Amino acid sequence: MEEASFEPKIVGFLCRWCSYTGADLAGTSRVQYPSNVVAVRVMCSGRVDPTFVVKAFADGADGVLIAGCHPGDCHYLEGNYKAMRRVPMLKNLLSQFGIEPARLRLEWVSASEGEQFAALVKEFTEQVRALGPLRWEERVAALSESA
Amino acid sequence: MITLTIDGKTVRTESGTTVLNAARGAAIEIPTLCHHESLPPYGSCRICLVEVTQRGRTRLVSSCTLPVAEGMEVNTKSEKVMRIRRMLAELFLARCPDSKVIRELAAQFNVTKSRFRKPVGEPSSIVGEEGCILCGMCVRLCDDVLKIGALSFEGRGGGRRVTTPFGEPSDVCMTCGACSSICPTGAIEHHRIWEHVPQRIPFEFEEGLTHRKPIYIPFAQAVPRVPVIDKHTCMHFKTNGCKVCEDNCEAKAIRHAQEDEMVELDVGAIVVATGFQLFDARQLVRYGYGRFDNVLSALEFERISHASGPTGGKVLKKDGTPPQSVAILHCIGSRDENYQKYCSRVCCMYSLKFAHLIREKTHADVYNFYIDMRAFGKGYEEFYKRLLAEGVYFIRGKAAEVTDAAESPEEKGKLIVIGEDTLLGLTRRIPVDMVILSTGIKPAQGAEELARLLSLSCTQGQFYLEKHPKLAPVDTASDGIFLAGACQGPKDIPDAVAQGAAAAAGALALIDGGKVVLEPITSEIDEKLCAGCKICIASCPYVAIEFDEEKKISRVIEELCKGCGTCVAACPSGAARQRNFEDVQIYAEIEGILHPETEPVLRE
Amino acid sequence: MAKPKVAFYWCASCGGCEETVVDLAEDILKVVEAVDIALWPVALDFKLKDVETWQPGEVAVAFINGAVRLSEQHEWVRLLREKCPLVIAFGSCAHLGGIPGLANDTTREEILANKYHRSLTVDNPNRVEPRTACTVNGYELELPLFWKDVKPLDAVIDVDYYLPGCPPPTALVAQAVDAILKGALPPKGSVLAPEKSLCESCPLNETKPETLAIKEFKRVATSTPEPDRCYLAQGYVCMGPATRSGCGERCIHGNMPCRGCFGPTPGALDMGTKMLGALGTLGEADSDGTAMALAGTLADPIGTLYRFSLPASLLKRRCIEKEEAL
Repeated sequence: MEEASFEPKIVGFLCRWCSYTGADLAGTSRVQYPSNVVAVRVMCSGRVDPTFVVKAFADGADGVLIAGCHPGDCHYLEGNYKAMRRVPMLKNLLSQFGIEPARLRLEWVSASEGEQFAALVKEFTEQVRALGPLRWEERVAALSESA
Repeated sequence: MITLTIDGKTVRTESGTTVLNAARGAAIEIPTLCHHESLPPYGSCRICLVEVTQRGRTRLVSSCTLPVAEGMEVNTKSEKVMRIRRMLAELFLARCPDSKVIRELAAQFNVTKSRFRKPVGEPSSIVGEEGCILCGMCVRLCDDVLKIGALSFEGRGGGRRVTTPFGEPSDVCMTCGACSSICPTGAIEHHRIWEHVPQRIPFEFEEGLTHRKPIYIPFAQAVPRVPVIDKHTCMHFKTNGCKVCEDNCEAKAIRHAQEDEMVELDVGAIVVATGFQLFDARQLVRYGYGRFDNVLSALEFERISHASGPTGGKVLKKDGTPPQSVAILHCIGSRDENYQKYCSRVCCMYSLKFAHLIREKTHADVYNFYIDMRAFGKGYEEFYKRLLAEGVYFIRGKAAEVTDAAESPEEKGKLIVIGEDTLLGLTRRIPVDMVILSTGIKPAQGAEELARLLSLSCTQGQFYLEKHPKLAPVDTASDGIFLAGACQGPKDIPDAVAQGAAAAAGALALIDGGKVVLEPITSEIDEKLCAGCKICIASCPYVAIEFDEEKKISRVIEELCKGCGTCVAACPSGAARQRNFEDVQIYAEIEGILHPETEPVLRE
Repeated sequence: MAKPKVAFYWCASCGGCEETVVDLAEDILKVVEAVDIALWPVALDFKLKDVETWQPGEVAVAFINGAVRLSEQHEWVRLLREKCPLVIAFGSCAHLGGIPGLANDTTREEILANKYHRSLTVDNPNRVEPRTACTVNGYELELPLFWKDVKPLDAVIDVDYYLPGCPPPTALVAQAVDAILKGALPPKGSVLAPEKSLCESCPLNETKPETLAIKEFKRVATSTPEPDRCYLAQGYVCMGPATRSGCGERCIHGNMPCRGCFGPTPGALDMGTKMLGALGTLGEADSDGTAMALAGTLADPIGTLYRFSLPASLLKRRCIEKEEAL
């Protein structure tokens, strides 16, 4: 299997009010966490179009993290509920495509949960590392060789 | 106008007025037993007889039934009148020897003994010891005014009495109690009319410690300070009768026909100040609230200790005696993993206030069972120190239980508070006469519905979420909606006042500015691509998307859009876009993250 | 003036697209009047070598339907591309991969195993499988290679225009032919259908409420939708909101929710995930458990969301981009 030094590439879609602020708090509180998750700031987890997730996997991401406000705490009232409903459908779709659903994670991180955010990133990075590289482009290319 | 003479005094009054009312208007007292503003004159008691001289003829007439006439001469205290009143008093006294009202009336005419016998006859099942004078007010009130008709006269001569049909408990009686309240001798025991014991109406403001009528002033400092009618208990709304209050109101200010009104206002700013409710201590059965008479909630004690409260500010137990010892249990429902995890912030300080008042008013021993003493405000710590000096006991540890099971003679008849004293490392049993539960603060009833109505976010306890905990504690995520007071979280009066002032200032600033500044992240819908599927409308939590019936497409109302972008992710055709968070921008970000070595391509 | 020559060719297709040409009915006479049909294997016998003899540009337009999965199809379409100045991908399969493209959900090995071994009606004790070369009675026979996956036409050759639909409706075909004859074509690469999604022209859109809360997704296989109410509002996955219009709402009139044969609108990078975003919005669930239960009712997400477009989906399209070098 893959060498131990495999560093997963994870795209994180973080909502501006809770999770991005939580990530900021982790930073200002000097909490260490792996740099594998690179954040894309969106206004709300409800803005995360499932196309973004698929695009990330297609472009070579090994994992995707979506983080939003806790249910009931959404800055935009219920955007996070939209994410909550889309993600299980998306996981079913990904698994039909042959992408392990565990590579996609939806979590709730409030603005005050810097430590929880760091812990989440650590745990998710290890989880994706254990799954190994996705290498979607190579997988598809191998499939689609004409001969 | 009609001019007449009463006891030599010239009186001018409206035509149609009775002599009784004309006399009363001229401050001439005529005794009555069967007269009431809400009932038509009946003249049954005869005690209001006066001597009237008209056109040279003198006669004795009941003044309550006699209309005034021009040139009439009335004598209310002539020898003849007084003689007859004495006779009547003797007759009443014979009938109702135990009635305080009758004895007092008789005493006015120097009658203390009656020469007559008590009439023979079966007593009425609904009349008590006081005795009935057969004035019929109860029958007329129940029948004519309240339109119920549960009572009537029965029998003749000495056997005449007021009763229910067949003397059986009435099934039409609505236990309003009007009969017993109008009875001049206080004889009617209306709970006998119906089998039920009538429920008195608890006075909400006094936490049910006292009772109120269906028409009442909500509380002493109500603004405006006018009475209100409780539609659920007012008899008028049950029988379409009564309106006794209307008859009695000189200003004619009572209108039963008034309907609840929905008033629609177009406003530019809203201040939400919906307050809080108290934690219901009944949920914590172990503290005995609702089981033991002298276990009180904080608000009940607040009323008891208040000068305008039910005891006039005297700290008294249920039996009316002052307590020798009182325990105050802090954090009831607050800082509790099973109920409210948060601190209610105000209880420590009001508990200290209670302790101080009890010491001041009764010199009773006061025991505070507390977890931590949170005296966080200006002057609060000093107040705590002062109470330590006043000899109030502080036991560090949350009380576990309140019981009446005595284990020693000194505990007998007391409430025993059991709790751990964590500073001494002991379990304590403190016998006291009164227990006050410092109940915590909860979001107001209906807070959730209002949140939905105003699109407010809530923290997990359902208190409304401010825009920013430090930098915008009065604003909400919806521009133009401000928070004031405990709807945002537990707070004490100075904090609530400060926040209220800030909210008002925020609202005024908006009104004054006349302009609204939007963040440049609103959504827009591409007319060329939108097919009018309306999915974005369903997705918008701010109702910021409307359907253009003419063009058959959706349209963003930019003033309402808050820029969450949910509609963009929801739009299946890609017609919805979010400014500065365009799909292509995010795609470029994804590519930048995953392929930092290649220049991202911005497509359109 | 000589009539322009056109060619019709079919690859991995059901033949329905050919039927559309026939469905032109008497209008086909006008077509015949206007153009000469130089190639139409479904109707007349043509061989590869006939096409090889064409002068470049001699045949003006090639209408190619069907997806590409066989090396033989590849050979044909490359030759047609060489000879014809205008190549039009005709129908969903050529446009996006179509129904045959759903085969990309599985592998070639699985397909062959099912077809030649597992099927209950197959008796194949010698485990014979198709081979590209074999000798029969001393003759060397060659069979086309069955590719690992299905490709839309533009994955193997350059395509000028797309006529979407399964099959493309006659009206659109007539319009396209008209435009070609008049030389009034839009920019190269265009899909010859409106840009807006199907709700624009759907007769049921009027009945769609502004707020929807779908508790579970229903399937036409197990229940029958009411014919006069928006299918999405009834809980059926209707791909209409994410699908180009222009089809004439044929399915809707047949009491069948839209299945997406016209492909995505120009604003959508990926048809399936765009629709999934919409479905997630309309679903009713407020906890992880209910959200999972709701997702569970969306049966066969690939087959539902990419019924006609799997080979062109964002995740599978990578293969197409790789093939561009071919």
